[in-house]
This record gives sequence, C-alpha cells and structure tokens, in this order.
Amino acid sequence: MLAFIIRRLVQSVVVMLVVSLIAFVMFRFIGDPVDQMVGLETTVQERELLRQQLGLNDPLPLQFWHFVSKAAQGDLGISYQFKRPVADLIGSRLPATLELSFVSALFALLMGIPMGVYTALNRESLLSKLFLTISLIGISLPTFLIGILLIFVFSVYLQWLPSFGRGKVVDIGWWSTGFLTVSGLKALILPSITLGLFQMTLIMRLVRSEMMEVLRTDFIKFARARGLTNRAVNFGHALKNTMIPVITITGLQMGAIIAFAIITETVFQWPGMGLLFLQAVQNVDIPIMAAYLLLIALLFVIINLIVDLLYVMVDPRIRIEGAEA
Amino acid sequence: MSDALLSVRDLVVEFPTRKGILTAVDRVSFDISRGEVLGVVGESGAGKSMTGSAIIGLIEPPGHIAGGTISIAGQRIDNLPYEAMRRVRGKRIGMVFQDPLTSLNPIYTIAEQLIETIRTHMDLNERQARDRAIGLLDQVGIPAASRRIDDYPHQFSGGMRQRVVIALALCVEPELIIADEPTTALDVSVQSQIIDVLKRMCADHGTAIMLITHDMGVIAEAADRVVVMYAGRVAEIGAVRDVIKDAKHPYTKGLMGAIPTLMQDSDRLTQIPGTMPRLTDIPPGCAFSKRCPEAFDRCFVEQPDCRPYQGRDVACLLYDEGKPQ
Ligand SMILES: Nc1ncnc2c1ncn2[C@@H]1O[C@H](COP(=O)(O)OP(=O)(O)O)[C@@H](O)[C@H]1O
Ligand code: SF4
Ligand SMILES: [Mg+2]
Repeated sequence: MLAFIIRRLVQSVVVMLVVSLIAFVMFRFIGDPVDQMVGLETTVQERELLRQQLGLNDPLPLQFWHFVSKAAQGDLGISYQFKRPVADLIGSRLPATLELSFVSALFALLMGIPMGVYTALNRESLLSKLFLTISLIGISLPTFLIGILLIFVFSVYLQWLPSFGRGKVVDIGWWSTGFLTVSGLKALILPSITLGLFQMTLIMRLVRSEMMEVLRTDFIKFARARGLTNRAVNFGHALKNTMIPVITITGLQMGAIIAFAIITETVFQWPGMGLLFLQAVQNVDIPIMAAYLLLIALLFVIINLIVDLLYVMVDPRIRIEGAEA
Repeated sequence: MSDALLSVRDLVVEFPTRKGILTAVDRVSFDISRGEVLGVVGESGAGKSMTGSAIIGLIEPPGHIAGGTISIAGQRIDNLPYEAMRRVRGKRIGMVFQDPLTSLNPIYTIAEQLIETIRTHMDLNERQARDRAIGLLDQVGIPAASRRIDDYPHQFSGGMRQRVVIALALCVEPELIIADEPTTALDVSVQSQIIDVLKRMCADHGTAIMLITHDMGVIAEAADRVVVMYAGRVAEIGAVRDVIKDAKHPYTKGLMGAIPTLMQDSDRLTQIPGTMPRLTDIPPGCAFSKRCPEAFDRCFVEQPDCRPYQGRDVACLLYDEGKPQ
C-alpha cells in the first residue's frame, strides 16, 4: 500500500519533470527573452549585461535547474504583456477556472450517474429513451454551439441568467469566489452546463453500459437468489461494482474539463485561466503559456493520484495484493 | 394436493425468439419430499437450469413461465408478486450455482455478504448475525472461520469458495436448495468433498436438495431419486437404485452406459449416437425418436406421456398399453 503510493509519487515527479523540460524549452528558445524585455534603443552591452543577470549564458542544464527550482517556489517569470509576475496573474485567474470546472464536474456526476443507473434498470421506458437521445445531442454538438444555444434561450430570450462574466465575487484571501453571492451562483449555471454536458453524457453512457454488464454477472444472480432486496442488489452490489471504471474515467475527464474550459471561458467571457492563455497565445506571451502548461500538467498529476487512491479504496483486490506485494 | 415439499406440475417455460416460440421446459412434473435429494440429469440444453430458475422465480426475460404450477408446502409460488417471491428466495428456497469464482461479489468480504443475507431474512442484530455466519462457515469446513470471515472472496480457493457459497445459500435454513452443477467448475479432487458438505449440511438442517448435473456419476453417488430430462421434457423419474439397475427409457439406458463403474453390465453399454435436437425443431412424436434404438412407427407421430410404470414414471411408448407387436 505504502509502496504503491510511493511508486505513484515518483511517477508523478517524473511526469512533472518532463513537462517542465517542455515548458523550459518553450521559455528559452521560442523568441529571445531579452528582446521581449528591453526597448529597441538598448545597447548591445546592456543586453549582454541583462543576459548575464538572467543567467542566459549559463550551461543549459544549470538553466533548467534554475527554471525548475524557481517554478517549484512559485516564481514563473514575468508576463511579457502585463509586465507582472506570471504567478500573480495565474493566481488571480485560477479560482475562476477551478470553480467553473468543479461545478461542471459535479453537474456531470450528479446528473450522469443517476441517469446511467436509471437507463440501465429501465431499458424499455420512455424516459430512458429520452435520456439517450439527450446524450446523443450532448455528444455530437460542439461545446461552443451548446454555449451559444444556452445563451440564446436563457439569457437573450428568457433573460433568466447572465450570458457573460462571473457576477459578483467575494475575496477570501487571494481566492475570489463566486459561490457566496446570488449573482455569482447564477453566473455559474450556463457555463457549467456547457462545460459539463459532454462529460455528463459520457458518464451516463459509461454507468449504463457497466451497470448492464454487471447485472448479467453470476454474483448478481446469486444475490437475487438469496432474496436480497432490489435496492440492495441494484445499488449495494451492482452500482458499487461499476464505480471502479467510473472513478477512472471521471478523474481523467476532470483534467479534460479544466483543459476544455478554454472554449467555454471564451464563449462566456469567463475571466479564468483559459481566457488568459488565449490572450497569451495571441501575444506570444511565452511565460504565461509555459506556466499554463505546467499548471495543467500539475492538475492532471494530482487528479490521477487521487483517482489511484480512490481505486485502491474501492477495489479490495488491488488493496490486498498491494499490501502483500 | 400432495404432501410433497415442492410440487412442480406441467411446468412450461417459453422463450419468444425470432424463429418462433422456443419451449425450454415442456410440461415437466415432479415432486421433492422434505429432506430428499432429487437428482436432475440430462445433457446440456435439456432444460435443467431453466427448471431450477423457474422454481426460484429468476428466469431472465423474455423467458417466462407459460403454464403449469409450482408449489412449496402446498402454497403456489409461480404466480407470486415480485416482493412476495423475493421473501421466498433465500428464506425457503436457496440456490447454489456452478461457478464459485463468479458467484461471490468481489468487493465485499465474506462476512458482509453473509450478514447482509442473514439480516435480510432474520430479525438479528449485526453481532448475532456475525456469530451465526461464523458458525455456518465452521459447519461447511472453513478452517479458522472467525478470522477468515473478514477475507475477500479472491483470498479463497475454488473449493473453499464453493463452501462459502453453500453457507450463503443455507444461512437462513431454507427448506429446499437448488444446486445447479455445484461441482462442475471445480477441481476433480474436491468435487466429492463439496457434494459431501452439501449433503451433510442439508441432512443437519433437514433441507431437501434438487441436485442438477449432467453427470450420472454424481447422481449415483448423491441422489435418492432422479429425474432424467431430454429436450425440455421428462424422460424418466425413479429411485436412483432402480434407474441404475434397470433403466426403462431408452435414453436413460444410454446415459447409464456413460458411467464407467457400471459398465460391466454389457447389456447397457449403449452409447447414444447423434445429438439432442435444437429446441426450435423438436420432431413430432417422441423427442428422442431420431436417436432411439428402439423406436417404432408410433414414436414418430405420438408424443408419449409420462406414466407410472413399475414404481417409476416413464415417458416412452414402449410402456404404453399399445406396445409394439
Ligand atoms: N436467453 C435465452 N434465449 C433463448 N433460449 C434460451 C435462453 N436461455 C436458455 N435457452 C434455451 O433453453 C434451453 C435449456 O437451457 P438450460 O436450462 O440452461 O439447459 P441445461 O441447464 O439443461 O443445460 C437451452 O437449450 C436453450 O436453447
Ligand atoms: S417413445 Fe419410442 S422413440 Fe421415444 S423413447 Fe420410447 S421407444 Fe424410443
Ligand atoms: Mg445448466
């Protein structure tokens, strides 16, 4: 068990180092960092001095080491566009993206799992067919189109919900949250549905097919033959066995949600990291792009670690073999 | 009304298929007395499992009981509402399936599965149910039961798992156990041990057994009476000793030839050529007519009824009034 966790941690560190290397290469070799920092009238001597100060003349491995150790301490350089530390910029945008992703994932899980269970248990019912049709739409329509449709119906036509921005936010330390105001919560609804719809249909279809698979197994038949109640059989035995693949996929999808937030943030002018990243791409603001890459990788790694641990908690076969190994 | 524990009368189980209705069980009748071991034998596809599933009320749709009655202690159970039938399962009729490796839910401990079953049917608290469960594991021969009870299924060998399955099927002392090929998936070396455990447990608790198998050897070893099935119909029912010594139905005679220890008797060494007809195209007349070495003209047009003959029931025109010349 402990060995398993340590092995996973080591793997995570390796992944982060590889991503750091990519970020470093971007940072160091796409454009000249000095060009981005100085005006046209700077002399060659001054430039050389700056290079020296920035450590750009050091051997590359040493430069990489400095890059990594600074990044680990939260120093991700200075944005070319804003002339402010990247860490501050990201810090001010991170809560918006994480809150949006979190609510989207919650929406996907809380809708997707019950719908999957329902459609697996009531295959012939009309409601099941309706759910499956909705899921087909969710899978086939592109995100931006869903966003625009929702804006059209709920913001323009019905005028129930805002079509852009986060509403009123409250600062708790450096974290600005939209959870504490009515306008903040209302602003979350449309973007979360837009971002989570694809994942919701994915989870629903996954739960449905896994559940139907498990319901055919011998141990379910044996559970019924022992006279267990329908609830115990369907939820205690069948659903719990489908949770292993669902946890895995949901975890991976959580990463995808954060990464896909770029599109939703653009449609809804959501002031998150995705929007920041897009601006950075337009202006070739390498430090922000590199930092965004690192951050997304870090989130993926953390989520994967959590998924692995949940996995171990749910499946005794892994837990016990891990302990004996 | 008979005083039998289980009484099956003219049971018909049908499956609607693309090629028309498939009759998997065709007018099957038999009784099981309290404490008796009734063997059910026949080749694969003869309808043995389907008969067992019908009794415990777990035929997979679209299959269904299309005729006849099933009663336990005089009370009809084939037409009970779902919830009433659920309370019969486990409590009055238990079931043991073929494959112990897949019969147990992999993510729950043995204790959890036993206690859940016991508490579904009996008004016991957790502690009392656990004590009962440990006692049962002890009786089925699990060493160090009080410690092993908290293990997961995958930590037991196949033979040990089948003991656990037997404990689960018997944990609220049903009056009847349906054991569907309980040893077929097991190592030859443990097969007779498992039959012994099953017989001993049932003898101790006064439980009757319906022992389904394709192996006449198992019947010879364990059963009091035997039902021989062929193509969904009963061919012969009689005391095991009588049937082995002096089979009446030509199909039973053929089956006897398959028991090595009984092969000294060269009269009955007949191996049956051919295969059982598919249930969608059973010939008119006797289902066995195409393979029967003793078939005569009437066999191809008249379907034999199951009639008493010399202390048993036989479905063969040879023992009808109008015998061949
Ligand atoms: N789901 C199903 N659909 C259609 N026919 C089935 C289905 N399950 C079983 N059968 C039919 O029922 C017959 C009896 O099966 P079964 O009772 O399992 O036989 P046995 O246990 O004697 O080997 C089989 O020959 C098969 O044709
Ligand atoms: S009825 Fe005829 S075909 Fe059928 S078993 Fe008897 S003799 Fe053979
Ligand atoms: Mg079978």
